Parts: sequence; structure tokens; C-alpha cells
Amino acid sequence: MRDSVKLAVLFAASLVCVLLFIFYDAGSDLSFILPERGAKVAAMVLTGVAVAYSSVIFQTITFNRILTPSVMGFDAVYLFLQTVALFLFGGGGFMMVNEVFNFTVSAASLMLFTFFLYRLVFVRKGNVFFLMLVGVVMWTLFRSLTVFMQMLIDPNEYSIVQDTMFASFNNVRADLIGVSAVIIALVALFCVPMLRKLDVMLLGREHAVNLGISYDVLVKKSLIIITLLVAIPTALVGQMTFLGIIVSNLAYETMKTYKHGYVIACASLFSIIAIAGGQFILERVFYFNITISVIINFTGGIYFIYLLTRESKR
Amino acid sequence: MMRTENISKFYDEKAVVEGVSVDIPKGKITSFIGSNGAGKSTLLSIMSRLIKQSDGKVYLDGMPITDIEDSELAKRVSILKQSSHINIRLTVRELVSFGRFPYSGGRLTQEDEDIVSRAIGYMDLTESENKYIDTLSGGQRQRAFIAMIIAQDTDCILLDEPLNNLDMKHSVQIMKTLRRLTDELGKTVVLVIHDINFASCYSDYIAALKDGKLAGFGKVEQMIESGILKDIFGMEFDVREMNGSRICLYYT
Repeated sequence: MRDSVKLAVLFAASLVCVLLFIFYDAGSDLSFILPERGAKVAAMVLTGVAVAYSSVIFQTITFNRILTPSVMGFDAVYLFLQTVALFLFGGGGFMMVNEVFNFTVSAASLMLFTFFLYRLVFVRKGNVFFLMLVGVVMWTLFRSLTVFMQMLIDPNEYSIVQDTMFASFNNVRADLIGVSAVIIALVALFCVPMLRKLDVMLLGREHAVNLGISYDVLVKKSLIIITLLVAIPTALVGQMTFLGIIVSNLAYETMKTYKHGYVIACASLFSIIAIAGGQFILERVFYFNITISVIINFTGGIYFIYLLTRESKR
Repeated sequence: MMRTENISKFYDEKAVVEGVSVDIPKGKITSFIGSNGAGKSTLLSIMSRLIKQSDGKVYLDGMPITDIEDSELAKRVSILKQSSHINIRLTVRELVSFGRFPYSGGRLTQEDEDIVSRAIGYMDLTESENKYIDTLSGGQRQRAFIAMIIAQDTDCILLDEPLNNLDMKHSVQIMKTLRRLTDELGKTVVLVIHDINFASCYSDYIAALKDGKLAGFGKVEQMIESGILKDIFGMEFDVREMNGSRICLYYT
């Protein structure tokens, strides 16, 4: 099958999942069910695209196909910021009440974090692996600080952070959908000329530099984009650790071409299918007995182990 | 053409390359020789901006290469390093097409396609152009990478041990191709090479490195001489003239 045909099939499949989710068992009065399910679906699509996009780019600049941006501690920092806000201002504080404001502040802080990490580590060492190593340490640091503060706060307020810790589409922060959509659209536009450069990056750093890629500049731009794209799903629905690994690797296997335009499109569609399809089964088959992130992390974990054993055989 | 001025590279106080100034002659083949760890590859990497030097400058046509845009530089200088493992599955033609990236930005025109075909033909790979590179033998893969460099069509070509993994037939073929590139198209080629006789028979100039310093630079006739080679490598050489080339016997 040609790549474009595969994309068409996947697009149809994702459309079916989305429509099924919206209209299955919708009853006669659509005006009641449509806004609620519509918001959910919008969140799903945005999350799916953001996760797929950021994972594929991250894997390209790190030359590694079994990583997701979460190793750099991006979502740990996000969670940390939420906990700090809650710790300082309480559940009724302005940070928690105004979600758009919260998101803007958090995303900006996250960008600042990336910027410092880039300045202090990457510029000096010029090594993306060292950058990740520091990121992993940062992840642990912020994680521990977060847990520490969560111990101290009121249990009622703790339940607010908990929403951010595990992805769930049952409490989508609808206020953020508009902002997220705009950001993703802008990022996608900004990225189009970059995608061909990322294709060259697949040859490795030395070939890329030889072919005129400004490696450092490309890494910096990619990191900024990844930071923004990680903030979106984390803010909208919560953390999705393994989804990025699953969908990006499925896309690499499905697509014959190495071109990022195709791979990212394919990964995004897989991602939408996984989320919308998964959520549909969850709500209509299991009647909300589990959350989707449990399923995704479970299947993702198994797939990850499979990838590891396969890589080690090579 | 290319000129280095007082290039040094330190790794934690230890000098790998120290104060090397060399002027690469235009339109000629220059070979870097020296023992393992003499700093040949490092110098080549610095000349091609893959590694940042600790001190000194590299000039291209009188301009420091740091002042030239990366995308512009890629049209003028190309480098091929010895380790060429690639993560993705590519056909030979796709790989060679990457050589046109500095010109086309990823969208190949008909002219680019023609240049790619010619480069593949130069390296005798036309029959296997649709094969995936991970299915090729080491020698074929090496030739595919060299074809990519040829497609990049730069005035200056830097190659780090291009004969690695190649049998004698293909080694000779590649050296002849490089000869053609310099003689017919006026390219400047710089090689790091271990086989002293390949260096002697196919280069115009030899630059010798020892312990990170330039130990000598000159035409092949001046440099391939038993006294000088003994100095550089610390072993005996018996240099003989055969069919107009200098052949070194060192199998003592």
C-alpha cells in the first residue's frame, strides 16, 4: 500500500472513532449531548496531535526512538508548578480558578525552564545526551518536590492536582480548548519549513551538519516547540506517558518513507484513534470503571518492552 | 582555498591538535598521514566545522568559516566521516538525494535528479540504486556515501578514511574517481588515509601529522622519502620508484 493510501485509511478510521464517540447512543436531543461530547472530542484531537508531534520531533533530535519528552522532565515541571500554585494560593486561588491564566503562566514558566536547560547545559556541552541526563535528574528533583508539597496540602486540594497527574477525558478543561487549538495551529505552521531539516537530522549529526543544517539552532527551535506541545495535553487532560512511544513507533513501522510530514501525520492519526477509540470502549463498554491513561500506560508498557527486546536483538 | 591558522584542540588540557597551520592547495589532492592518534581526523573535523577548535581559525577563500552561513558552507565544503551508521531505512538513491539538500532544501528539481543519477553512476551503483543501504556490503555502502558527497557538488571535499572497508579494486576505483574529480572538475580533495602507498600514488600533496603537530607538508616527491617517513611513523621504510610512482616497502 502506498503511504498516502495508508494515511487515507487511518484518517477514515479516526473519523469513524470520533463520530462513533459523538453519536453513539446520543438519544434524540442532540443539543444536550453535543456540547459536552464535542468538547471532549476537541480535547482528544488536540491531545493526540500534540503528543504525536512532540514525540516524533523529540525522537529525531535525540536520535532515539524509545524516548518521549517526559524524560526531560517537562510534565514533571508542569505538575510541580500546579502544586506550587495550589500550595501557595489554595484551591480557590486565582491560579486555579482562571484556567487560561494558569495555562499561560505555566507554559511560560516551562519555556523558561527549557531555555535555562538549553543555555546552561546544551550550549556549554554541545551534547543532546548530556541535556537529557540533566533532564532526568531534574525530573526526579521536581517529582520529589511535588510529592513533598502534596503531602502537606489539604486532601481536598490534593484531589485537584490529581486530575493533572493522570489523564482523563471526563474532566476536560474546556476553557483551554481554544487556546490550545490556536497554539497547535501556529506551531504546525512554524514547523513546516523545519520538517525537511528534521528529515536530514535522521542521518545523524555529522551528516546533518555537512549538509548545512545549523544543528544547535534546530535543537533549540525543536525544544521550544516540544515544550509548548507537552504543556497542552498536560493542561487539557493530564499526563500521557506512553502514548507518544506507541504512536510514533507505529507510525515508523507503517510509513515506508522517513519524511516527517508523513510520519507526524500518521502518528497523529494513530493517536486520535487510540484516544477516541479507547475512550469510546471505556465509556460504553466498561462504563467508566477504569481511566484511559491506565489502558494506554498498560498497553504502552507492553509495547515498550517489546521494542526494547527487539532493539537489543539487532 | 582552505587554510588553517594555528589550529589547536584540547581535551581537558591534553592537546590533540596543536598549532597546525596548513594551506591546502586548490584543485589538488592532499593526503593527511600519520600514526593513530596523531590528530588527522580531528583536524579534518575542525576544518569542516564538525568539531569546534579550542584555538585558531579556518579560512575558506580568505574568509573565516565561522562567518559563512551553514547552508552556504554546505555548498562549498563537504565532509564524510568514517563511521556512517544510519538509523533509518533508506535506498541508495534516497541517500544520494540528500546530497542535494543544500541546493534544493528537500524538494528535488529535475536538474537535481540528473546530478544524483550521475553521482550514482560515478560510483558504479546504478544497478543497486533501489536497494536499501542496510542490505548492502560495507564497500557498497561506503560508495553510496561517497556518491552522496559527489552529489553535494562542493569545491572542497574532505574525506576521513574513504578506503575503510573497501577491497583493492574498489579502493583503486575510488582513488581514480577522486583523481577525475580534481583533474576534470577542479575539485580540491583532502583525505585522511592510512595506506601510505595509496597516498603516494594518487595524491599531489602530503601533510604529515605527529603528536598533534604538523610534521611536514609538501609535494609527494618531497614527502615520500625514507628519512621523513621514519621520523613520522618511527619505523623503517624502503622507498622505491616504480612506473613513476613511489612505493614504500615497510613489511620488515
